[in-house]
Amino acid sequence: MNEIRVLSPVGMLGYGFPAESFQKGIEKKPHLIAADAGSTDAGPHKLGAGVGIVSKQATKKDLLLMLKAGYENRIPVIVGSAGGSGAEIHLKWTTEIVREIARENNLHFKMAIIHAEVEKDYLKGKLEKGKIKPLGPVANLTLKDIEEAIRIVAVMGVHPYIRALEAGAEVIIAGRSNDPAMFAALPIKENFDPGLALHMGKILECGAMASIPGTTSDCMMGYIRKDYFVVEPTNTKRKCVPSSVAAHSLYEKSSPLHIIGPEGVVDITGCRFEQYNERAVKVTGSKLIDSKIINIKLEGASMVAYRTICIAGIRDPIMIKQINECEEHVREAVLSYFCNIDPDDYKIIFHIYGKNGVMGELEPQKEIISHELCLILEVVAREQELANTICAFARSTLMHYSYQGRIATAGNLAFPYAPSDIPTGAVYRFNIHHLVEVDDPNELFSIEMVDV
Amino acid sequence: MIKEVSIIDLVDVIRSKNAGPFELTFDIIFKDKDTYEKVKKSKVITKELIARLYQIPIDKILYFVEFDPANAIKATIVRPIDSGGIGETDVYGAQQHAPLLDIKIPIDEGKDQEE
Repeated sequence: MNEIRVLSPVGMLGYGFPAESFQKGIEKKPHLIAADAGSTDAGPHKLGAGVGIVSKQATKKDLLLMLKAGYENRIPVIVGSAGGSGAEIHLKWTTEIVREIARENNLHFKMAIIHAEVEKDYLKGKLEKGKIKPLGPVANLTLKDIEEAIRIVAVMGVHPYIRALEAGAEVIIAGRSNDPAMFAALPIKENFDPGLALHMGKILECGAMASIPGTTSDCMMGYIRKDYFVVEPTNTKRKCVPSSVAAHSLYEKSSPLHIIGPEGVVDITGCRFEQYNERAVKVTGSKLIDSKIINIKLEGASMVAYRTICIAGIRDPIMIKQINECEEHVREAVLSYFCNIDPDDYKIIFHIYGKNGVMGELEPQKEIISHELCLILEVVAREQELANTICAFARSTLMHYSYQGRIATAGNLAFPYAPSDIPTGAVYRFNIHHLVEVDDPNELFSIEMVDV
Repeated sequence: MIKEVSIIDLVDVIRSKNAGPFELTFDIIFKDKDTYEKVKKSKVITKELIARLYQIPIDKILYFVEFDPANAIKATIVRPIDSGGIGETDVYGAQQHAPLLDIKIPIDEGKDQEE
């Protein structure tokens, strides 16, 4: 084989893509249709609560087009990081949608389900042997972290995908995956350069985002050959230019040396991006530096608190000038009124839009120049009831606080909603973001083959 | 003639985004090679500048890279709070770029015309 063509219909399964663009991609006779369904971008809540990033209806709509085209044209279909976070619950959610589509459309195929959730006992063993290290600016992993985690997933590379393809899978629904893996697996299986394959995967995983105008909600084709790859959006309204593809190679990565996975590190510092034809860009020079030690990334989420918020507007200029003092007063009033409650059991956070609501401590603009402020009063606490209680007290205290020079004595806050206080439920954090050293890149990912 | 030019007039892209849940990465992508080289030569955009704009100690800057193939300068910092953690203000980290828009670059425009 001197070329493999990979069609990425969409940057995130469930974001939607134009059927015409997809059809144009199918006309190019791809060897693979693959889509990424996951991200940690939406925060730790998705993994912790076991919910998706997109709706079932949207996922089904995208999957229907992909599965039908795959079935009719005998093209393998891959979905990686199923359900968003790629844990067992997310995988089940996605495979049920796949089965539903197959049933309703009379499609039949061999499906591989690749599991990515990690047993806690396995990790405890690895921890004892000193085989787990932090990934990025995080603390060392502790036994407590493992125990507190609600779910832990391992992030697979190309290896389990290659196994599933070798086993004859026509559809692969996989748990948490390194973004390029689902696109790079087939080319690597067919002995194409792994550095190029993974770099191409990195471009394809976001759909047409590396084109102009960029979007995740449209299709991109990747063509890999012996010593280069080409990417081209299928929608003729878009085009790739060297800068858009080069720029996307940096996207969401710490540095140009950070396309990292179980396969090693893809070094793109020596890459060339050239215009190949009017709408396509050719990339050469991506190199895989493979490592002797195989590390698999782990992601875990634990529940840390419950949250209640209250949204309020402030328009009084006399009050706006004293907003910091108002905040101070509320904090003191809460401490004093709830002196029987341990202050460590709750936390009050003032998000003040118009001051530093977006950037917090990174905000360089210190002076408030806005004529109105939006306050999101946030309370996180050990129990939902406590969060509700503190939020209500803080809200009413601020509503009626007599700040200096106050002449608007009816109330200090404009609530856009009644009720003003909104309990938002459990709050999670990524408590595991580490690397585990493994002997075999497949060892954490079991493959289940089923006939659909 | 040396003129102070707003960075907004020199770039195609200035953006911030999570690079994983614990890091925030900034991409500054210049319009063309020529502009990129001039900005590099000006030595205005440095680790020190990023630290100053975001009021963070320099050791919170994990990477600072000039990436020639993309005509880009990239910096990655430790997130003040992990994505979605308690106290978070920007889960995706996509609106942390604004201080970069105030950068001014001294560009020698006269020389170009002579060449």
